[in-house]
Amino acid sequence: MEKFTGITSQAIGLDMHHVDTDMIIPAQYLTQIERNGYGEYLFQRLREQDADFIFNDLRYQSAKVLLTRSNFGCGSSREHAIWALMQAGIRVIVAESYSDIFYNNAVKNGLLLISIEAKIINALIEKSKQAMLMISVDLHEQFIMTSTGERFSFDYEPFRKACLLKGQDDLDYLLEATR
Amino acid sequence: MPKNIIEKIWDAHIHKQRKGHPVVLTIDKLLLHEVTSAQAFAELRRRKLTVRHPERIIATLDHSIPTTSDRNNIVDINAKLQVETLRNNTKEFGIQLYDFDSGHQGIVHVTGPELGFTLPGETIVCGDSHTATHGAFGALAFGIGTSEVTHVLATSTILQRKPKTMLVEFIGSLPEHTSSKDMIMKLIATIGVAGAKGHIIEYTGEAIRAMSMESRMTLCNMSIECGARAGLIAPDEITFDYLHNKPYAPKKSEWDKAIQYWKTLGSDVDCYYDNVVQVDISRLKPMVTWGINPEQAISINQIIPNIEDAEQAYQYTQLKPGWRIKNQAIDWAFIGSCTNGRIEDLRIVANILQGQQVADAVRMYIVPGSEQVRQQAITEGLDQIFSEAGAEFRMPGCSMCLAMNADKVPEGQRCISTSNRNFIGRQGPGSITHLASPATVAASAIKGAICSAEDL
Repeated sequence: MEKFTGITSQAIGLDMHHVDTDMIIPAQYLTQIERNGYGEYLFQRLREQDADFIFNDLRYQSAKVLLTRSNFGCGSSREHAIWALMQAGIRVIVAESYSDIFYNNAVKNGLLLISIEAKIINALIEKSKQAMLMISVDLHEQFIMTSTGERFSFDYEPFRKACLLKGQDDLDYLLEATR
Repeated sequence: MPKNIIEKIWDAHIHKQRKGHPVVLTIDKLLLHEVTSAQAFAELRRRKLTVRHPERIIATLDHSIPTTSDRNNIVDINAKLQVETLRNNTKEFGIQLYDFDSGHQGIVHVTGPELGFTLPGETIVCGDSHTATHGAFGALAFGIGTSEVTHVLATSTILQRKPKTMLVEFIGSLPEHTSSKDMIMKLIATIGVAGAKGHIIEYTGEAIRAMSMESRMTLCNMSIECGARAGLIAPDEITFDYLHNKPYAPKKSEWDKAIQYWKTLGSDVDCYYDNVVQVDISRLKPMVTWGINPEQAISINQIIPNIEDAEQAYQYTQLKPGWRIKNQAIDWAFIGSCTNGRIEDLRIVANILQGQQVADAVRMYIVPGSEQVRQQAITEGLDQIFSEAGAEFRMPGCSMCLAMNADKVPEGQRCISTSNRNFIGRQGPGSITHLASPATVAASAIKGAICSAEDL
């Protein structure tokens, strides 16, 4: 698993609740047997249907921080959704909440999911639409900071934080625990 | 201290827990299919690990395979490679695969229970979010990702945080023309797609006690659609009768011992739940979804509501607030999936289709959940009824539920479906899905428009 300590990047705002894993990567792209090659299909259906969809906007193509709303990643358990997001460059998601399986899958791949209250998210998404919004994420100190100087702290499970900072995955832990 | 059934199973499976760490949870059974396992085996090989308990694992083919009669000839080269990879992996690691010619190939959540592989009190996982289906037997069953599939292959454990518990009590008995599909759709419409997030549900109520195992599986199957990790039903005589003499079920003295244990699993009087929800089903009507997620569902006689933040749903399904859902013309009808692909579902459909014709404008697929369901349907002559009515009875698989194979609803066409998700493009790019019960789908197929069996 990739180590994660912090990042500074442009943010992209996906102003939707309940983004499901079929939206993130449609089932027809799951017939591969590799872990790679999913990035180009990220949000494929939504990108096809709507030329104005935010992931079609080239101004955001280097964004590594995704801002979105509640229950992100609901639906199917496909870990391909995590792989697609990461292979498209996303390293951090800041949202109100996530589905359980998606959350579990993310921590196993080094994708940092941050939960922040709705009104802050809404404000950040609005800002990201109007102008280039840069966000710095510091996992060690557990805060995010915007290029306009706002700072928000977030909660994160200590065990998972230690895993991410060290890039340690569950399998080594389980092998040791069941030896 | 009194415990609920979820806590009993959870506590019995704690292998280890360090302070401040998640639980190392023992996993009794793992189910595999071709789509979420290849990368897990590759990781095992990369780390030079073996499968710790191959005897606690079964595999089958379901998601990406064709449902045509010449299904051995897989045209999609990726799907073909996926199938070949599962065959090779199961052979190399000594895992039982139920392949096309085994007589038991099918959707993993139909095949597992049919074989008695799913037992009360067990922890069961699969790389599929509808694994809660197995909760119908009083098992703690939930979907996991591919990384966790690797963990279970290698160690028969996974790391889990303790979930909260929720009691869902259904009040009353099921009215005519409704089924457990309508019950679970009603619950999801009531509490929302994230209503049970972070929880495992125990379902109770007189309607549940009166219900067959097939109906209980339908109910537990859609637990994930209200955000629950899992959903389960305490085992009873109906559970034991179903399991008796099934291939993987305990035999002779082991059976008696097992029953004794299973009878202790039920929730204790005065046990605690983090959340309690009651749903009155005494006047339940058939349910249908109108939008793009399973909570956007109404009774068949209701009008489509005007709700905030749903512009995308109205636009996608080409429906407007204030319209009736009933009588909306349909192009497709789909019977099948891990939700409603069992023999009981097919009997309900045959009963409605008998002596009737599927409307000219409608194409109807009936896809059995497993080879065993298919054979049973043929034995009972249901296949004849289907073909005389003009429906297509196909080979087992996930098919049009997620449209990974060639079974797709064409763009812009409307399908009434017994599956579990009405997400954007779920049944094919640009397809529109209305979820409903087998009875409602069969009735709508005859009429060519959304209606209930009562309306015929």
